Amino acid sequence: MARLFAVTIVVIMILSAIPIVRNTWHPVPDISTHGQAIDDQMSETMIEAGISFLASQFILAWFIWKFSVSKSKATKAGPAETLVLESKSFPGGATGLVIAAFVLVGAEVLALGAFGIKAWANIYFTPPAANSMPVQVQAGQFAFYFRYPGPDGKFGPIHPDLINEANQNFYGLDTTHDPDSKDDIVTAEMAVPVNQEIRLLMHSKDVSHSFYVPALRIHQDFVPGLDLQLHFTATKVGRYEIVCSQLCGLGHYNMRAYLSVLSQEDFDSWLKKEASLQ
Amino acid sequence: MHDISTHAAAHHGPPTSFIRKHIFSLDHKVIGKQYYGLGLAAVIIGMVLSWLMRIHLGWTNYAIPGLHLLSKNGAPGNIMTPELYLQLMTMHATFMVFFVLTVVPFAAFGNFFLPIHTGAEDMPFPHFNMMSFWTTFVAFCVMMLSFFVGDGPTLGGWTQYAPLSAVGAAAGPGQGSGPIIWALSIAIFCVGQLFGSLNFIPNVLDLRCKGMSMWRLPMPTWAWFITSCMGLTAFSVLMPACVMLILDHVAGTSFFVPSNLVINDQLQPHSGGSTLLWQHLFWFFGHPEVYIAIVPGMGIVSHVLITNMRKPMLSHRVLIYSMGALAVLSYMVYGHHMFVSGMNPVSSLLFSFPTLLITIPSTIIVLIWIGSLYGAKLRINSASLFALGFISMFITGGVSGFFLAQPAIQILLHATYFVVAHFHFTMAIAAIFGIFSGTYFWFPKMYGRMMNDKLGKLHFWLTFIGVYCIFMPMHYLGLAGNVRRYQAFVVDYMQPLVGVHQFITIAALFTGAVQLIFLYNLIHSRFWGEPAPANPWEGTSLEWSVPSPPPHDNFGGRHVVVYHDPYQYGVQSSTGDYVMQDSPEQVKSAHEEP
Amino acid sequence: MATTVVPPKIKEHRSRGLGTSGNGGFGNLVPSDGSPRAVQEYAPPPSKTGIWVVLAAISMTFAAFTSALVVRQGSAMDWHHLTLPRILYFNTLVLLASGVTLEMARRRIAVFMSGAKNLDLNPPRWLYFTMLLGVVFVVGQYVAWMRLHSEGLYLATNPNSSFFYLLTSVHALHVLGGLIGLTYVIRKLRRVTLRRSTLDTFSYYWHFMSILWVYLLLLLWMKL
Repeated sequence: MARLFAVTIVVIMILSAIPIVRNTWHPVPDISTHGQAIDDQMSETMIEAGISFLASQFILAWFIWKFSVSKSKATKAGPAETLVLESKSFPGGATGLVIAAFVLVGAEVLALGAFGIKAWANIYFTPPAANSMPVQVQAGQFAFYFRYPGPDGKFGPIHPDLINEANQNFYGLDTTHDPDSKDDIVTAEMAVPVNQEIRLLMHSKDVSHSFYVPALRIHQDFVPGLDLQLHFTATKVGRYEIVCSQLCGLGHYNMRAYLSVLSQEDFDSWLKKEASLQ
Repeated sequence: MHDISTHAAAHHGPPTSFIRKHIFSLDHKVIGKQYYGLGLAAVIIGMVLSWLMRIHLGWTNYAIPGLHLLSKNGAPGNIMTPELYLQLMTMHATFMVFFVLTVVPFAAFGNFFLPIHTGAEDMPFPHFNMMSFWTTFVAFCVMMLSFFVGDGPTLGGWTQYAPLSAVGAAAGPGQGSGPIIWALSIAIFCVGQLFGSLNFIPNVLDLRCKGMSMWRLPMPTWAWFITSCMGLTAFSVLMPACVMLILDHVAGTSFFVPSNLVINDQLQPHSGGSTLLWQHLFWFFGHPEVYIAIVPGMGIVSHVLITNMRKPMLSHRVLIYSMGALAVLSYMVYGHHMFVSGMNPVSSLLFSFPTLLITIPSTIIVLIWIGSLYGAKLRINSASLFALGFISMFITGGVSGFFLAQPAIQILLHATYFVVAHFHFTMAIAAIFGIFSGTYFWFPKMYGRMMNDKLGKLHFWLTFIGVYCIFMPMHYLGLAGNVRRYQAFVVDYMQPLVGVHQFITIAALFTGAVQLIFLYNLIHSRFWGEPAPANPWEGTSLEWSVPSPPPHDNFGGRHVVVYHDPYQYGVQSSTGDYVMQDSPEQVKSAHEEP
Repeated sequence: MATTVVPPKIKEHRSRGLGTSGNGGFGNLVPSDGSPRAVQEYAPPPSKTGIWVVLAAISMTFAAFTSALVVRQGSAMDWHHLTLPRILYFNTLVLLASGVTLEMARRRIAVFMSGAKNLDLNPPRWLYFTMLLGVVFVVGQYVAWMRLHSEGLYLATNPNSSFFYLLTSVHALHVLGGLIGLTYVIRKLRRVTLRRSTLDTFSYYWHFMSILWVYLLLLLWMKL
């Protein structure tokens, strides 16, 4: 039975590795400028993790195969047959293994950690460019709404007491009294020009949500009461999805918006069209 | 010459009435069995909830027969609504994490065996020990109550993130009374567990019998000791967090709810609170909690393997130091649940380093286990199979943690099924395998009867393959960006993944059905199993030196004296290839002192 | 390696003079020569370790509350300074005084239990004083809450008041728990079945309540 178990382990591990090696299921292709570092980090980790995973499971299986005693011997044997009297201990003993753990694993994890800082820093520790285009996103149960500042480049103030979904005043704007709000453009879909850096201002209307755009390699929770900022640049025209990944209530699964990455002319005409719909 | 433990432990005579014997018992063994029963009830509930969830995920519009009985408004026409899915998910996780994984490996087995391992007559404070079980039981009942009150249980996940959990009914069905009942139940649970730590720690430090030094304690006892130290500091942080959450609900305070929140066009009356504060408090508890769930299993697996390998581990002390290192590091890593939470991105990097480093003690433990197999003559039985299975599961779960420890990779994998795979491998499978291993190993001692080994092996085979079929594909789903806590997959890029979910559901239902073999084996063996000898596995630790089941005061009035380290195997002695801890026989051992 | 049986090294029981009941053990678990294999004849009563477990748990609870206070203060601009009611300072003195009366009780009980026939000692009296002072403290806290009520400061009025009520009432609940323990100690004493370890355990708990209160007072004074 031990041998069968050892074989089972090996078979399961090989079967598990196949989809990884064949890349059957993989992240959505990256269209961001900062995503390459993340994808490289992922490949690097996958290789190291994969090797550790397969090596340890195979060695476990091998030792189970080699060092188990058959049923009849185990239950009926007298002391002489099942005694482990010879000092057959793993070479190097515990000391060797501890050193191996510290050196191999320690080096591996520290290296990954150190290299990973760069990928993280690209997103969080670089300031937005001076010509980045500001777009605001508001997350609320259960939709994302986007706001463009319009020709004046300024966002009007949000009045929470004026928020009214029925009247489609999602941001609680007071266009009568706030001049900056007059030209703000609020949309249910997000569009950005290709190769233009976007400065995303994140605001939550009610509970915690998250802004997850796999294609852009962006993943950031909204924090109610705290407005956060991210920046990114999309490099490929197309239609992508933004999904909420922080449990926000019953509609969480359905909280999704489309992101269109457009050429500059297409974006301009889109924005003009949206402005006329305000 | 008196035995220390009879004076130090609160000596209580054998009970006479039925109530004292079986219900309000002061005997740690009965309390241990009561905890096991509670865990068993909780795991059945948790599993049934998971089947309902999985059926819905595979076939969203399927009308599950009888579902409307579970919820007033949650299943019109037996079709699960999104809110019911989230409620079932929350309860599934809550029952499993708290009432199964904290209760069985630690409170159930620990209560039964820790005093025997230390050579004591009972726990030091039997009344508090009894209260610890009944408090936990009350917490369980309160949690069950949430199904029957108002809109049903809370739907905010076992993590109950604010403000969703704190603003009240406005946030959705189940959020009125649900979070209050949840927080109340958990606060009561924390108190129950603290009463447990109150017994475990002094037992290990003060009630060891003559000759039982700390290093002579068997592995499970060290594991329980380390776990109770973690529990002490972790549960006492969750409790105040729950108190503040309840106050935000019922008293209008704003610990966790900021200003200017608008739900359903209504401006919420709270102001100034911090949502991240809840996350910090919760995860400060939450990370040690998962080690509380796994460390006892590590102790049990070591114990079972050593007995079946007929040789001690390569180093007893290194294993203990590593478990201790896990416990200490567990407090420094909690922020890895919050990398993209909006906390300072520098903090994310700071938390990622200890998270990566915690790989080292985990690796050492696994390497020592595997290295100790070298040169062994491992006996294969149900207990040892599950112990080996634990190692395989823990490797898989640990390796996936490697990805999640890096903030840059969490950009892709946070809140996806990759995380679900990771924690199910480590907790739902590895820790449960530890429970199974302990059950098959210790059932003879607890009930005086052997379990059916053939059925046990069948249980093992089908479960081992089944759980890999359920949870390994979840890694792939996560890599593909499948977000978790979704009750259905309407998002375009997730459409191709529904087939994988259906495969997982079938595997889950199959594996769930297989557990009936275990349940049958438990019940049948309890009443009709072959009578067990005192030492069926030829073990050396003190529990094998007493009858099966042990008498009321464990050692029958005998003054226990311990002469050896706990795992003297591979020696030539009058009993065979081992010498028991309390045997005065001097033996020659081929193995070096660890 | 041969495992031989080493004769147990007995730690000598040090006589501590008239002031002890002879009950209870020693704090050290490892004999002075460092070898954990040596056997002690006496083990310390587990309640000595148990009380530290309890105090550790209570400390962590208040550490969590403290960090909640600090974070909450920083999370919004709505911190309104709260002037602590003056009676709190009186309550502090009362609680500290109860610690003194407790110590006086312990001395007298030790002498009494070691067999001295001096009937003038009346050990329960000082425990009753401690209980009285404890009750006065709790009542005084209640008066402080009423004082805040009269100023229109309730639990949810502002974050400062929330923390004030939360911290003081959780502490007062623990003090009430201590008073229940004190009732138990007094009852045992009157039946002359009080163990040294029980009294010590209670004393540690009670003194910890005073120390905790002083800490909370400082925290409230500095932060609120």
